Amino acid sequence: MDKKVCDLLIIRNIKLNHDNYLLELESDELLGTIVPGQFVNVLVPDAPSTFLRRPFSIHETNISNNRFSILVKVVGEGTRKLGLLQPGNHLNVIFPLGNGFSRPKNYEKILLIGGGVGIAPMMHMARESKELGAEIHILLGARTDKDHILIEDFSKHGPVYLTTNDGSLGVHGFVTHHPVFSADHHFNRIYCCGPDPMTHAVAAKAAQLDIDCEVSLENMMACGFGVCLCCVTSTTSGNQCVCTEGPVFNTKQLKWQI
Amino acid sequence: MTASGTFGNGVEFDDFIDINKLGGILLKGTTLHHREGNDYPRMAETPSGMLNAVGLQNKGAQYFCEHIYPKVARYNTKVIVNVNGSTIEEYIELTQQIAELEHIAAIELNISCPNVKEGGMAFGTSCPMAEQVTRAVRKVYPKTLIVKLSPNVTNIVEIARAVEAQGADSISLVNTFLGMAIHAESRRPVLSTITGGLSGPAIKPIALRMVWQVAQAVKVPVIGMGGIMNATDAIEFMIAGASAVQVGTANFIDPLITMKIIAGIEEYLNRHKMSSVNELIGSLQM
Ligand SMILES: Cc1cc2nc3c(=O)[nH]c(=O)nc-3n(C[C@H](O)[C@H](O)[C@H](O)COP(=O)(O)OP(=O)(O)OC[C@H]3O[C@@H](n4cnc5c(N)ncnc54)[C@H](O)[C@@H]3O)c2cc1C
Ligand SMILES: Cc1cc2nc3c(=O)[nH]c(=O)nc-3n(C[C@H](O)[C@H](O)[C@H](O)COP(=O)(O)O)c2cc1C
Ligand code: FES
Repeated sequence: MDKKVCDLLIIRNIKLNHDNYLLELESDELLGTIVPGQFVNVLVPDAPSTFLRRPFSIHETNISNNRFSILVKVVGEGTRKLGLLQPGNHLNVIFPLGNGFSRPKNYEKILLIGGGVGIAPMMHMARESKELGAEIHILLGARTDKDHILIEDFSKHGPVYLTTNDGSLGVHGFVTHHPVFSADHHFNRIYCCGPDPMTHAVAAKAAQLDIDCEVSLENMMACGFGVCLCCVTSTTSGNQCVCTEGPVFNTKQLKWQI
Repeated sequence: MTASGTFGNGVEFDDFIDINKLGGILLKGTTLHHREGNDYPRMAETPSGMLNAVGLQNKGAQYFCEHIYPKVARYNTKVIVNVNGSTIEEYIELTQQIAELEHIAAIELNISCPNVKEGGMAFGTSCPMAEQVTRAVRKVYPKTLIVKLSPNVTNIVEIARAVEAQGADSISLVNTFLGMAIHAESRRPVLSTITGGLSGPAIKPIALRMVWQVAQAVKVPVIGMGGIMNATDAIEFMIAGASAVQVGTANFIDPLITMKIIAGIEEYLNRHKMSSVNELIGSLQM
């Protein structure tokens, strides 16, 4: 699919909780194919201190009306500005970028894991995987009950399991402490996105249980389309750009100490 | 033109722009042998700019000739290879291989990379070494030889004169400025290499001053760069004496920027009733 740079119209900007916003964007051209796990690179308007673009996973798509959404967690100046945008404003976006998750087969049973704002790409993934006929289970981790968002939307696609670091909702602990791993599930594959310590722990768990595992990485990026070579991760075939070779990697490709 | 290391091998921009509309493209830094580059993190965003420490990651000369060259040879614009080395012998051997390639219009001899431990910038920060490498490469390269200078020197004019005397056909400047970023909370350097090269609008006034000084001191055409983000920036470099300009970091932020800059320069020329950019070059009014 060709990459493009477009000014997209903001249809909605919904504040989901204290620091998460859901931005729905509309293109006046056909969106084309977007694979779950792909991302966009956003130019933050009126933010002189935000010099480079900011990458965000595509959260969900609606191809029939040329819309997709991104989920933004406020961590700094750029994301704070995005939270302030109003419907009717425009956002300059480069998309679609990177390679998405692999497509599950219709007889497969898969586990989608999202930690923090790493749940972002999993909505699109859950819906498309279900449409393909796969059996989907969803495990979401957050710090506290207040940080858990979009649980109802996820539960449309399959059973949802929750963990919190403080035990305020679901299982107390990290996602890897959840009993879904010990139950007799025999998942064909795990798809995971979240902070580094979490993706490492999930990769280790998957290796231990001998389950195929794909992770989406969030390395710092300058361009997002393969020209600056700043976003590399060390793989079995040398340093590879997360923005073009990833952001999704099978953990077997990565040189992680797990 | 586009600056080396910020435009990939051109093909990454095929989705966005018609590359043939550019005056030329500078391919990413190439070395004789494969290089993995530096460890992640290689990038830090800084006020009005960025630091990078890529460290010339590339697959080497043989891969370039076999796999990249066939793809870029089809472009109908000047395709220029950015040549790097850690010894004079490496520069020579790489240049000889590139000299064989019919559709490579010129080489840009990079004696200014701040991100590799051995060689690189060392050649560009000492007059005798800059002379030595330019002389050696000149002997084996009959086509256009551009030498790219490092701004990390006390007297850039001296180095520019030295490479001109050794036969450089053109001088491009500037490469990135050596800088660093620290993460205060953890008290750790942001880059894996501690220091890196600063680019973007943060460096523009210094780059502009250096281009102006060099353009006055040499007879060969000067190619200016450093923080060009729009047509006005490009025009300023030409007024300072640059015969052409390269756009670097701006490509990351707007992949269409080069087309907008070309249109903006045309608009300026029309508005000022100038028939060509030649009227602009070195036209600083004092
Ligand atoms: C492929 C990809 C997909 C992403 N998807 C999403 C998403 O769907 N939703 C979302 O909210 N965020 C996502 N991110 C992260 C998001 O890009 C950053 O949070 C954002 O760039 C921060 O910008 P800022 O100006 O607000 O913060 P800054 O002021 O730039 O930074 C604030 C703090 O966050 C840290 N930080 C910034 N960027 C990153 C990063 N990439 N990884 C780790 N730490 C970082 C900085 O070091 C700093 O400490 C994604 C990143 C990548 C690379
Ligand atoms: C990520 C990155 C990689 C670069 N790689 C090279 C390189 O391989 N060879 C080179 O001569 N210059 C390289 N440069 C320097 C640019 O070509 C240019 O000289 C510099 O960035 C200043 O211009 P700018 O401010 O417009 O980016 C690189 C710059 C960046 C930001
Ligand atoms: S972010 Fe520039 S190459 Fe990946």
